[in-house]
This record gives sequence, C-alpha cells and structure tokens, in this order.
Amino acid sequence: MEIVHVYTRLRGEFGRQCLFSDRPAELLVDVPPDPRLAQDFIQKNPRDQALQACRDMSEHQVNTERFESDSCGINHVEGGWPKDINPQEMEQTIRYRKKVEKDESYVNSLLTLGSVMEHCIRQNNAVDIYQEYFEDEDEVEESPEPPSAKTINVFRDPNEVKRTVSCLSWHPDGGKLAAAYSCLQFQRSSRDMSLDSYIWDIENPNRPELTLKPASPLVCLEYNPKDSHTLVGGAYNGQIAYWDTRRGSQPVETSSVEQSHRDPVYKIIWLQSKTGTDVFSASTDGQVLWWDVRRLSEPTERLVLDLSREGNLDRALGAVSLEFESTMPTKFLVGTEQGVVVSCNRKAKTPAEKIVCSYDGHHGPVYALQRNPFFPKNFLTVGDWTARIWSEDIRDSAIMWTKYQTSYLMDACWSPVRPSVFFTVKMDGVLDVWDILFKQNDPTLSLKVCDEALYSLRLQDNGRLVACGSQQGGATLLEISSGLSTLQKNDKSLLAAMFERETKREKVLEARQREIRLKERSRSEQSREGEPGREDADHGPDQLIAKAQEDFYVVTEMERRRRDANQEKDVCEEKEVREEETSGTGPSQ
Amino acid sequence: MAEVEETLKRIQSQNGVQGIIIVNTEGIPIKTTLDNASTVQYAGLIHQLVMKARSTVRDIDPQNDLTFLRVRSKKNEIMIAPDKDYFLIVIQNPSD
Repeated sequence: MEIVHVYTRLRGEFGRQCLFSDRPAELLVDVPPDPRLAQDFIQKNPRDQALQACRDMSEHQVNTERFESDSCGINHVEGGWPKDINPQEMEQTIRYRKKVEKDESYVNSLLTLGSVMEHCIRQNNAVDIYQEYFEDEDEVEESPEPPSAKTINVFRDPNEVKRTVSCLSWHPDGGKLAAAYSCLQFQRSSRDMSLDSYIWDIENPNRPELTLKPASPLVCLEYNPKDSHTLVGGAYNGQIAYWDTRRGSQPVETSSVEQSHRDPVYKIIWLQSKTGTDVFSASTDGQVLWWDVRRLSEPTERLVLDLSREGNLDRALGAVSLEFESTMPTKFLVGTEQGVVVSCNRKAKTPAEKIVCSYDGHHGPVYALQRNPFFPKNFLTVGDWTARIWSEDIRDSAIMWTKYQTSYLMDACWSPVRPSVFFTVKMDGVLDVWDILFKQNDPTLSLKVCDEALYSLRLQDNGRLVACGSQQGGATLLEISSGLSTLQKNDKSLLAAMFERETKREKVLEARQREIRLKERSRSEQSREGEPGREDADHGPDQLIAKAQEDFYVVTEMERRRRDANQEKDVCEEKEVREEETSGTGPSQ
Repeated sequence: MAEVEETLKRIQSQNGVQGIIIVNTEGIPIKTTLDNASTVQYAGLIHQLVMKARSTVRDIDPQNDLTFLRVRSKKNEIMIAPDKDYFLIVIQNPSD
C-alpha cells in the first residue's frame, strides 16, 4: 500500500519564502490488523530464549591421523663443567671440587640445607604418611558398577592387502600376543598377499615385535605353555611349522607336504607330555594328527573322524575345532563342519573305539569348542547363530543355549577367572560378554568393536585382557572391568547348582521321551490290525520320510482342489458380471 | 669446613638414608656418597626437575619460591633441598 503525500504550488509563487506554521497531528493512514494474516503464523507461548552476554564459542573435535612414533633413549654424559676442565681427568675434577668446598657461600648454604633436610628425614622415619588405615574394610563395600570394557590398543596388519586375523595366542607370561593372518575365503587370496604372521608386544602397536614367515599363510598359531620361546602353527596348505623365537623368523622345521593334512589346519593344540613336544592338529580333511615337534616329517598318530568307525576318509567329518583339557589327558573333543561334536579317547585299544560318542546340536560348523576351566564336564560350543553349553553325560541336546542371534557367531571362550562368564564374537563386529549367573537371555555386555566381522577371540590368563581379531587384519585389545574379571564368593557353588539343575532337566526330558517311545511301540504291537491308518512305532528314518512325503502330497492336493474350486467360483462370478454388463450396456446403447 | 662434614655425617647416620649428593647450579656433583655413574645420572635428571618445579611455583605466584621437593616412589624417596647456588639431594628408604 502506498502512502502518498501531494504538494502543489502555483508557478507564480515559486521562490517565495517559506512560512512555516504548526498544525496539529493528522492521521494519514491507519492500517488495522488483519486477522486473516494471523493464520500464516502459529503462536508459540511461552517462548524460551536464552541470552548470554559472552562471546560465541564453538566446539570442534579433531582426530589426527595415526602418528608413527619411535622411542629411543639418549645417553647422558657428564656436563656442566667449565671449559678449562676436562671431565675425564680425575685430577682436574678433584681440584675443582676442592676449590668449591672451600668457598664461603658453599659452607653457609649447606648448613641451612642440612638442617632442613634433617627435619624431613626425621619426619619420614617418625610416621608413614601414606599408611592405609582402613585397608581391611575395602572388601565389605562393593558398589555394583555397571560392567564395561575399554579398548586399549589396536594392532593393525601393516601390509597393504589386509588379511583376516584367524587365530590369536597369548604368550604364557602375558606380555605378547601372537596373531595368525590368512585369507579364509575360498580363492580370494591375491597374489601379492603377504604370507607373514606377527608377534606383537602389547605396549607397542606401531610395529610387530617379530615376523613369522611360513611357506603358506598360517590359519592357527599356538604358544607352547611350557616353553615361552616356541610356537607351533598350522598353515593354509595343511602343513605344520615349528618356530623358536630365539632363532628368527623362519620356521625351525616344517612338516612334509605328503604326510600333512590335505586341507587348512584349523586348530592345533600343545599336549601335556613328559617331553613337552607333543602337539595335535585338526583339519577339514577329516583327520586328527598327532605330531612330535622334534620330528615333523611324519605324524606319530592318525585318527579319521568317521562316525561309522570304519576309518573311511570319504565319509569322515571335517574338523574345525579341537579341545583338550590337561586335567583329562586321554580324552579330547573335536568340533566338525557338520555341526557334530565328537568325543574321542586317545588311549583306546582299537581305532574303532577311539571315537566314543557324538553330540549333535548345531546346524552349522562348530567354530569354537571349550571346556569350562572350573567344571570340565561342561563345555561350550559355538556354531550357527547360537552358543550352547553341554554336559558330557547328556548326548541328545545341550543343557543351556542362547537364543538365535542376528549374526553368525565365530568364536567363543570361557573366562579363566570367573566360571560363569564367557565371551563370544560375531560377524557384525560385536563382542558379547555373557554372565549366566546374572542374565541368561541376553549378553551382560555387548560391545561393537569394529565395523567388520570379528573372527577370533582370546583371553589372557589373568582374565582382564581380551584380544579379538577382525577380517581386515586389526587385532583389538580390550580391558574388562573388574566386576567381570574377579571371582565372586559364591560363583562356583551357584554355577555348579545351575549346571546340575539343567542337566537334571535334560535327563528328565530324555527319560520322558524314551517312555513315550516305548509306550507307542508297545501299543502299536498290540493293535496293529485294528487301525491301519495309525502312525506306527517304526521310527526308522526312511519310514518317517515316506510318511512326511505322503502328508505333504495330501495337504497340497487338498489345497490345490480348494484353490481350483475358488477359481471356478470366481470365474463363474466373473462370467455372471460380464453377462450382466453386456446385458446392462446392451439396452442402454 | 668441619661443620659441613659433621652435618653430612649426621644425615648419613639417619635411618634408611641410602645416599647424599651435593650439586651446584651447573649440575656438577660436588660431593657424593654414591658411585660415579649413579651420581651423574641423579645430578643431571634431578637438576632439570628442580628447575622445572621452581619455575612452576614462581609462574603461579611470582612472590613464591620452592623450598623443598620430595619425590616418593615405590622403592624409596628422593628429597631435594634447593638453594640459590647448590642443592642437597638425599635418597632415603622410608623404613616403615
């Protein structure tokens, strides 16, 4: 809207002086509020506006690129002597010192300093100012801090082409970590992929302490628990190699190709023996081989994992994990690709008796297998999307299991200090800590360690440090909070009670199953003629399959007939509708 | 001269004293009861520490000055009495 003021003057009056006069205010324009415009606005009542009479600041966070640093020391040489005195010359230095001692100020200052010093020394001797007065009372107050874990260090694969960390092994004293690097995906390894595996010092993540150079990438690697200088590793091509860290990067000995495994060696464990040089290894070619590291030219013993106990290699199950407990030296467990855990006895008299029994529970390969260090009768297996705890006595199913997770579990291990805590790693890069005394449905602590899949996991013997290895070659070292890594008072007894309870439950279920089966069998024997259509007691797998097939066909037939009937009905309806239409449109045209 | 000797002897005779070093402002050890290698190491390192401590105290308050410095470690305690021209370093093992 324009406000215009018009001012007119006669031509003849131009140039005449202005005579100003006052006049009252005149309302020129009045613009009333237009309520229609209010609809474009929303009233905000009350309004919160913060004001501050200070400078505007902004916060930025910056993460620098990895800085490679190297520590080195400087040796301090004696200095400060005046130019004319050579510090190496005893006479000159003595003469200088004597001169200083004769100085007035020296004597005076030293007397004052001496008295001050004496006062403090006497103080020290009188009272211990750092004495702990209430030491014993610390045990009583245990504020339950939420469990947490902190990443301490990440050790990255220094090569260009990143390989998966397929196995980790701690040095028996705990200061070093050996990591085996290999590419486990079939035919994905490129030509310029490095074959090396490394030993890292946990204080120095910049550079590995020692490089191990095998002939083929290592899939598993283990420190000798008795001799911390020796390691044994299983390679991708099936060979076993033995290193001594004092002798350098090349293996001291490698097994011959003809006598080794035909597939990658997935697990290798040191055995308890008098000589301390026995190892045994497992691979997906279906064999478990025992070796003496002093003579790697051929294995000392061989076992084929054929469940029919015939030693038939074609029907053998491929082994992916192995478990050996030094308290039970003749028994060991093998986890297979088919999801079956086989329990074997090494000291059996005939090869057929070597395989004692099998536990069938997983749908996929059993990637990890470990006995509980406090309760050796119970062991943990990980495969498909669950982790299961088994009791040796119950063959049919696990006594406890986790629910199906969203991604595949790759590795698991028990905590060496707390009997109820175990750790698992998954393919989405998450490390889960489970405490079955605290919560059984979900992990107690779930941490996203990295974005790529985690393939391996190992706990140090003190129970506080965990190392996990990822697909891109990064080994992450984490520290667990003390709540999860210190033994609580009732842990063992509570866990023993829990395992007992679960085992009993399974036993009861098993007994009930057997009862039902027996009943059915006896019933079917009695009344076989009377009911032809009854499901019989022949629970042989073939009959079951045939019956399942029949049921399936019957159901599909019924479904098809029903659908046909519906279709016909629809078709009839359509026809009717069309007739109506045509009849309808006909006359209207 | 004799009083200095007497003072040092008195200090040395106290419980738990492991060594005494007297250093001048340039870092030269004047008198010591330890072996040469340790003396040189202590003299060099502690000299830097005292300079840093003194400058810290004076930066915070220019009227203030360092009178005594105690470094307590797991194994022993290093006590340093600084002066204008010299400092006296005593290493003691607190016996209790």
